[in-house]
Order: sequence, then structure tokens, then C-alpha cells
Amino acid sequence: MRIALFVTCVNDVAFPSTGIATVRLLERLGVEVAFPEAQTCCGQMQYNTGYPAEAAQPAAKFARDFAGYDAVVVPSGSCGAFIRDVHPKLVEGAVPPVYELTEYLLDVLGVEQVGAYFPHKVAYHPTCHSSRLLKVGDRPTRLLRAVEGLELVELPGAAECCGFGGTFSVKNPDVSAAMGADKVTHAVESGAEYLVAADNSCLMHIGGTARRSAAPLKTIHLAEILASTVEKVLA
Amino acid sequence: MSGTYVGMPSFPDAAHRATRDKQLRANLTRATHTIRDKRARAVAELEDWEGLRQAGKAIKDETLAHLDDYLLQLEAKVTEAGGIVHWARDADEANRIVTELIRATGQTEVVKVKSMATQEIGLNEHLAAEGISAYETDLAELIVQLGDDLPSHILVPAIHKNRTEIRDIFNRAMGHWGRPAPEGLTDTPADLAEAARLHLREKFLRAKVAVSGANFMVAETGTLVVLESEGNGRMCLTLPETLISVVGIEKIVPTWRDLEVFLQLLPRSSTAERMNPYTTTWTGVRDGDGPKQFHLVLLDNGRTQTLADEVGRQALRCIRCSACLNVCPVYERAGGHAYGSAYPGPIGAILTPQLRGIATDLDRSLPYASSLCGACFEACPVAIDIPEVLVHLRAKVTEDAKEHGGHRLERTAMRAATYAMTHPAAYRTAEAAAVRARKLIPKKVPFGAGKAWTETRDLPELPPQTFRQWWKETHR
Repeated sequence: MRIALFVTCVNDVAFPSTGIATVRLLERLGVEVAFPEAQTCCGQMQYNTGYPAEAAQPAAKFARDFAGYDAVVVPSGSCGAFIRDVHPKLVEGAVPPVYELTEYLLDVLGVEQVGAYFPHKVAYHPTCHSSRLLKVGDRPTRLLRAVEGLELVELPGAAECCGFGGTFSVKNPDVSAAMGADKVTHAVESGAEYLVAADNSCLMHIGGTARRSAAPLKTIHLAEILASTVEKVLA
Repeated sequence: MSGTYVGMPSFPDAAHRATRDKQLRANLTRATHTIRDKRARAVAELEDWEGLRQAGKAIKDETLAHLDDYLLQLEAKVTEAGGIVHWARDADEANRIVTELIRATGQTEVVKVKSMATQEIGLNEHLAAEGISAYETDLAELIVQLGDDLPSHILVPAIHKNRTEIRDIFNRAMGHWGRPAPEGLTDTPADLAEAARLHLREKFLRAKVAVSGANFMVAETGTLVVLESEGNGRMCLTLPETLISVVGIEKIVPTWRDLEVFLQLLPRSSTAERMNPYTTTWTGVRDGDGPKQFHLVLLDNGRTQTLADEVGRQALRCIRCSACLNVCPVYERAGGHAYGSAYPGPIGAILTPQLRGIATDLDRSLPYASSLCGACFEACPVAIDIPEVLVHLRAKVTEDAKEHGGHRLERTAMRAATYAMTHPAAYRTAEAAAVRARKLIPKKVPFGAGKAWTETRDLPELPPQTFRQWWKETHR
């Protein structure tokens, strides 16, 4: 099976640690990962802002860049959902098979216990596109429960959107900020040190809100927790 | 009465004020979460909810696909039963027809059953200008009307008011419209309900004309159906001599049998009840029972043009239950008034710009009034994919802007991003430049869209190395 990593544009530039963690995790589990270097972005921003013609170009490029791979693994629920749901509408011909990281781990590799160690109190935020579009369900929490040393705490109002929504956060800054503030409040109430999710764009918004309000909360991508080991504790 | 939606600010401007109104935020959060939780329990009781939902969707789609046939069938049946059918292309025509029908009775007062269609066309305001007083009899609509306010929710129009605010409105305004509020009125629900009952009873017994909408119209028999919780609707529908019903053309179902599905879907979705307390049906007129004259005004007002849009037409499946409002995080913060029409919340964000078009700043801003979280689609009892329609309408807005020279900056930015994303060398250059300049990128941006973003949030610090660079160093 030829596996390729789609790291996503946001991760590539702003959160490389997530891509690195994904590679380390998969390699630790014996997967040989390829990184097609021509890859750029899935085009979700253009599409969701109302520019379908502009989105079709990166979508077509994605299909070319990943053609021939048996599976594409992406550490982002939002980009994963977009490629799976919308690319077939934008691109003629075959779209490469895409798995969000937790889907790949549980459904393809069949591992729940990935040998991770993370001695912290953690709350899981099910991002909207992960849970409502991809329907990843309890896959992330099953993986988290299997992490040694990790205490998973309940997040109040977990299913509520954090308010990022791509360009929504720019076009409707007040509502977006109000939603983000409530998400941070709930995360702090949960008593967690870390808020974990499988989407760095949401975490960027939540983390940025927490930092500005000096809330005692750190954000981390799920891949980084799963890549963390007793020998090398990340974060 | 204020009650006009013309000249409203665009959604982000209206929301800017609403998000800073602490009382409003608290009222909305409390009310929407209460209904949301109750609804989830009521829906969970039914094992075949998803099947019902798909049935509701299928019935509505089939009906919309043959809408012309069903409407003609309905007209024939209503006429056969002694009713009179009128066709209204738009709001002006509908308002004119209703005004003339009321004038013909010689009356200057009418009682009203809560109706979204008459709010949509601004009937009350039109009648007021023509010297006719229209009294709302739904408790929440009464509160809104007495408060010289606008409804802000489909089911609970006064959701933005708490009990104390309502008591103050009753004390202040009831006397101007009829029987004043009782002395020493408290803000307990029973007291408030009794004050409304006494005030309204006078109107029910006096009124010769009633105006209603309808939740459904059954084509096979020409029957109209109203679902309600208070019984005020039944008073209006049975006591007066003349009944005028204004109904959107999409409210039709082919047969009585189809009602079986919707009489389960609607109450659970809207009020979280297994069954609504009052279901009233009426077919034409009958000697010695109910109104002596019945008029049905069938309202188009943008529905035909909505039906012509392959993606957007699913909005016409809407049964006005308001479940999407109650789960919407944007509605919860912005409040119903920000949507600037009778239809607030996610359904309003797709229905209003389709019915009215996208000629105003407000209507163009509505498709963007969503984070695309998908909670509305999940809650919708007739499975309207609201996020899909929102994105579809955004594309219409940007296409329209292109023709009129608007959205220049945004379009340029999207094109530049697209160029970089499809030219790897340009992409790598842009990436490398961002990383090199990372120390110069402030957490707080003082101008433009970045300013709005960073007023409440920090931008992340860019790491010294991209993933791509790490990969090159470690894997090649």
C-alpha cells in the first residue's frame, strides 16, 4: 500500500509540528510515508468563500499530485471532509482516497493503542467538520483513552462550534470572537491543561483567544499527543 | 409600529451591537439551550426519526416537483367547498388583496393568527397605513406588537425578552390597545398569561374578521391546517364571520395521509412536544359552523424563482419549525433581528436572499452569516442541507459582485492565493518569505481584516521552519 501524507497548507507553514508528529507516529507504526512535494492546498478557503472556479484549480492539482497512491492521510478533519465531499463536484475523473488520521489509524491500520505517553489532563474538542461531515465519531476519544498517563476530561458544550469557520472569522469577527470566548471558557471549566482537536485551524482560533485573554489553557493537535512517547514527551 | 425590515444594517454590523448586549445574549442562550435540550430528548424517543425525516424530505420534494398541478387541484377543491382563491405574485399584491377583502366587510379591526407569511409581506404595517388595526393574538406576537418591536424567532418571536421585560411592556402598552394590564401585575408566567387572556378575550369576541396563515394545505380536499399551542388560533379560526388565510404556495401537501409524517416532525422539532396541543383544519365554508366567508390568498413572492434554483430550492421544504435557530451558535450570539427579515437564523440566511434577491448589503451578507458548522442540517426535520445552500449563495454573491465591480480586494486575494496554490515554486517562495518575516508579523494587526481578527485573538507565531523544509532535511 502506497501511503502519502497531505500535510495541509496551514500545517505546513504555521503548525509543522503536527506534520512531523504525523510522520513520526506513522513510521513508528511501521507505515512508509511518502510526501509528494508538489502538494499545496485543497482549495477549501476559496470554495467556502464563494469562489468555486478558483477552488477547482487546487482541487485538480491535488488529484494530479496524489494520483497513484492507495491512500492519502491528512491530519485535518476539515480538509479531509472537503476533499472527500466537494472535490468530486469540482474535478473530473478519480479523486484519490483520503483518510483523516484517526480514520486511517483505526479503520485501515486497526490500531487503537499506538504506544503513546502523555501525562496531562486533556479535553477533546470534536471540530464540526470532523464530527458532522466526516463523522469520525468516537475514534479520537478511543485513541486518547488508550494513551498512557493521559486523563481525558469532559468538555462542556463540546459539540458547539468554536467560531473559526475559515473566512467567517474575518467576515463576522464579533460573532466569531464571542463563540471562541465561550469555547475557551468551557475548556477552562473542564479543568484540562490541554484542549486537543484534529484541526489546527480551529485550534489556532481557540488558542489565539486563550492567549489574548491569558486563560490557563494550551492547545495541541491530536497527532502530537499520539506521537508523544515515554522516551520523548512532546509539549 | 416599527415593523419594517427595509434599510436594516448588514449582518455583521447588526451582530456587532447584539454581541455586546449582555441581557440579550443571556436571554437567547438560556432560551435556545432549553428548547434545544428538550427537543433532543423528544426526537430521541422515536426510533424511526431518520426515516420520518427522509419521508418528510421526499414528500416535499415530490410536491415541489409538481407544484403547479397540486396548486390547481387545491384551487378547485377550495372553490368547490365554497372558498374563494386569490393568487398574489408578490407582497404588494397580497397586501392589496387582503386590504380590499377587509374593506368589503366594512370592518376596521381584524384578529390575527401568528403567521410567518403575513410577517414576510409586512401585512400589519400595510393595514395600519390603510387605517385597519390588526391585533396579534399569539402570546409572543402580542408581546412583540405591544412592545413596538420586531419578532426575533420563528416559534418564539419574543425570545429576546425576559419575564420582567414582558411585564413592563404589558403595564405600559396594553391600555393603549384595549383592556389594560391588571393592577399589581407580577412577572410570574401564570399572571402574565392571565393578563394576556383577559386582554385578548375582548378582541376574540368582538372581531368579525380574522387573518391567518397555514402550516399545511391539503390538495386532495382543499383543507388548510394550523398547528398551535395556545388555542388563540382556534378562536380566530372559528369565531369571526370572515376568515382570510395568506399562505405561501410551497405549503401544500398532496394528501391527508402525508400529514401523518409532518404532524410528527413539526411538534417535536419546534416545541419538543410529542403532539401539539391544538390542530385546527378548515375546508371552505359550512352553514351554521365557523366563518361564513373564506378567502385563500396564495402567495408567491419569490418562491417560483427559488424553485428554479436546483441547489437552493430545497429551502422550500422548510416547515418553519425553528429547530435550526435553536441549535445555531451564530443565531445564539447575534439574535434574530440581525437577519433583517421575518426569517432569522440559518433558514433565514438561505431563504431570505432567495426570496428577496441579493440587491442590498444586508441580503448579500446573509449567506456569510454562518461558520458552516452544520448543526442546522443535522437538526432539520426535512433534511435541508443549509451549509450547501449557503456556499451556493456565496458563489452567487461573488459572481454578482464581479459583474458590478464589487469585492475587488477579496477577489484579488483569492486569485493570488489560487495562483500560489497551483504553482509550487510560487507557493514555496511565499511560504519561505512568511517564515523569514515571522519576527515581523505582529500578534495584533492594526488595520483591515487582520485588525478585526486580532482584536480578540492572537495570531500564532510562525515556526522557523516549514514542514516541507523539515521533510527535506530528514527524508531526502
